[in-house]
Amino acid sequence: MTKFSPTRRGFLAGGAALIIGAHLPVGGKMAAKAASGPVSLNAFVRIAEDNTVTVIVKHIEFGQGPFTGFATLVAEELDAEWSQMRAEHAPADTATYQNFAFGIQGTGASTAVRNAFTQMRQAGAAARSMLVQAAAREWGVPEDEITVAKGVVSHAASGQSAQFGELVAAAQDSTPPEEPKLKDPADFVLIGKDVPRLDSADKTTGAAQFTLDVFRQGMLTVAVAHSPWIGGKVKSVDAAAALAIDGVEKVETIPTGVAVYARNTYCAFKGRDALEIDWNLSEAETRSAEEQMDEVAAAAATGEGVVAETYGDLDAAFAGAAEVIEAEYRLPFLAHAPLEVMDGVIENRGDAAEIWMGSQMQTVDQQVTANILGIAPEQVAINTLMAGGSFGRRAQYDSQFAQELAQVAKAGGQGTFKLVWSRKDDIQGAYYRPQAVHRQRAALDETGRIIGWQDKFATESIMGGSAFEVVIQNGVDPFSVEGSIHKPYDFGAFEARWVPTDSKVPHLWWRSVGHSHTAFANEVFLDEVLQAKGKDPVAGRLELLGDKSPRDRRVLERVAEMANWQGVNGSDGKAYGVALHPSYDAHFAYIAEVSEVDGEPRVRKVWVAADVGIAINPDVVKAQIEGGLGYGLSAALFNEITFAEDGQVEQENFDSYRLLRIHEMPEVEIDLAVSSEKPGGIGEAGTPPIAPAVSNAWRVLKGQPVRRLPLVRA
Amino acid sequence: MTDLTINGKDVTLDVPGDTPLLWALRDDLRLTGTKFGCGIAQCGACTVMVDGMPMRSCVTPVEALEGSEIVTIEALEGPEADAVRKAWVDIDVPQCGYCQSGQIIAAAALLTEIPNPTDEDIDFAMAGNACRCATYVRIRKAIHNAAKMLET
Repeated sequence: MTKFSPTRRGFLAGGAALIIGAHLPVGGKMAAKAASGPVSLNAFVRIAEDNTVTVIVKHIEFGQGPFTGFATLVAEELDAEWSQMRAEHAPADTATYQNFAFGIQGTGASTAVRNAFTQMRQAGAAARSMLVQAAAREWGVPEDEITVAKGVVSHAASGQSAQFGELVAAAQDSTPPEEPKLKDPADFVLIGKDVPRLDSADKTTGAAQFTLDVFRQGMLTVAVAHSPWIGGKVKSVDAAAALAIDGVEKVETIPTGVAVYARNTYCAFKGRDALEIDWNLSEAETRSAEEQMDEVAAAAATGEGVVAETYGDLDAAFAGAAEVIEAEYRLPFLAHAPLEVMDGVIENRGDAAEIWMGSQMQTVDQQVTANILGIAPEQVAINTLMAGGSFGRRAQYDSQFAQELAQVAKAGGQGTFKLVWSRKDDIQGAYYRPQAVHRQRAALDETGRIIGWQDKFATESIMGGSAFEVVIQNGVDPFSVEGSIHKPYDFGAFEARWVPTDSKVPHLWWRSVGHSHTAFANEVFLDEVLQAKGKDPVAGRLELLGDKSPRDRRVLERVAEMANWQGVNGSDGKAYGVALHPSYDAHFAYIAEVSEVDGEPRVRKVWVAADVGIAINPDVVKAQIEGGLGYGLSAALFNEITFAEDGQVEQENFDSYRLLRIHEMPEVEIDLAVSSEKPGGIGEAGTPPIAPAVSNAWRVLKGQPVRRLPLVRA
Repeated sequence: MTDLTINGKDVTLDVPGDTPLLWALRDDLRLTGTKFGCGIAQCGACTVMVDGMPMRSCVTPVEALEGSEIVTIEALEGPEADAVRKAWVDIDVPQCGYCQSGQIIAAAALLTEIPNPTDEDIDFAMAGNACRCATYVRIRKAIHNAAKMLET
């Protein structure tokens, strides 16, 4: 059996020193030399006789833009015309399509462009070289006299020219260059420009294909009844009423619940609702969310924990402090709630299986499916489809969803099955952002300057117990402590201390992972301390930044300029909140304008100054900032998964898990710094600063500190 | 059995009368542009036109639609729909795209009723259509742009 193993080198590279691997597999699953039809010049570039260039994208497209971004990188080095570019998902093939940041095939941690920036450019440059070699042979002219521009290969002296489609058959006989020559960034014509997205048009006509839209011959649709308590198991089931429903074909108990196989989705849902199930709660979480939160808070207060980062003499700073300020911050469980529910189609052929789904971690999905069906991983083909959002949910360290899909196929026998979750399955299905409690302490000197800072916090390890445990070094899970460490400020003395907690509630990375709680707890506390000492939030932050973090300093200065910063109090009941938080090699400063409407915060406008390094497509970057900000705002204002006194999850759909709506979305003004720094990740970095920026304004408006999210609690 | 018109064609739906229109469209007619998001009329991903009005197909049983005219995203047409689609593509509104069928139907219906909507009109007409990617800034801008296109 093949074991997948994320590499430590790969994962450790995920931080500030992300080294982009320069591997360019030319083989992959390339077809044998084609007599006619589209030709694969390497594992990432296929050119057809009609001149279309299809980029094989190893990362899933769920809105964050890898189709457009990767096609841009290839087109740049290939000197293609944008209108001839296409994109499609790569098959499951770890050796060829691995994410260099993980060592397996998968998408996450905002690594897509960061791990493949050079690789995709090399793929384009290699294909270009092969076309040029073909033209040189056909025309009998030297390669170095041939030029390529806008999809046309030309030889000026002889007046010859050809489009890619005319040369591609001959290009199969060219030699892929060992070190494809890359352009000087000064010569980029597409990178850094706003080329239109490749997927927009199909997303306005209903033509875009998602997993839910897959139909196969003889397919049954399956709904699974899950325990209303997290960790509950089926004790007994009475399926008579379900089986009596016309269209319900059969009912099977699987490890995660009871599966109803039906002719269509409605029958499957109706059959599921008609099941009578007794649940065994011996391993279930039956406590309220409040009780669980108190346990996390107690751990933060009394646990020893591990030091994630330290500098300076913290004991001396606190011993010599003129004043010490302390506060505790609590953050809830969060569901991801992508709009397309979890869904997948599997064809069980006995000795092989084929899957259609929005697979975010193909290597693991393939492995667990193979294990459950008792076949080799190579016998599991995965067709990755575009997905209706993810925000972390479609990648689970244990491939929770692919496991259930495989169990459905195993219990169903040979045939094709579409597993469709309901919204309730999603909201109550755990794999939440874990609860977190931060206890912050600041030591101040006589002038009110911060001379020492301790962020001691308790939360569950994100990677502990998962296949990615290799990232945990000296007891510190980088995904649990990120954003609390490597802060841009110089406090003189500092300690981030993490107390790992345990929970029966399965947890998961949620857009921006650790930053989703550390940015709030740190930037809100800092704001409170500055306010307590009568300091301005912008000037006070600049003073602490010193010379330590020039890129953070520039975005903070820039955002203050953009908002015409005059302090926290505005006219007409408005207040302004500041937050500064770098993540994923991207630097962000936000100023939020907030007022009160019907007792709730209403965010009217957010100014964003960002430095994300080289932006492949600035408009896609801006879209991710707008979206990441809106996603974080929805959570900061409204979102919280709670468990009732008996332990049942209290939310089940969008009536109780409230989503941000268009009238609650602020105007967003973004300034993107022109930068030649290496590209940062942009799928997540826009999310962390919005909760503290809004909370800081809300504190000013209400005259009460904000110590807990969400701001609007049911 | 329910007789109705879907995208200009006479259709007889041979499904139980309590079947939501959403699932009849998707599972029986394979009109998959209409999406499932919540099942309780909270997200708007399932929005279709019923007799000229945007409605939530996930809570509309087919038995209530005898003789109705249904238009889904696949067949939505006319000057408002054309302007909305063009405006959407011009500024790349969609991210994941899953909610956008519903957004486009709601936006086209708004412009049919109010050719030059204010921000408040947009808030009112579009508040029922959730977007988890939070493309709201661009949805608002695209609706204003589409209104401008329709003026000329």
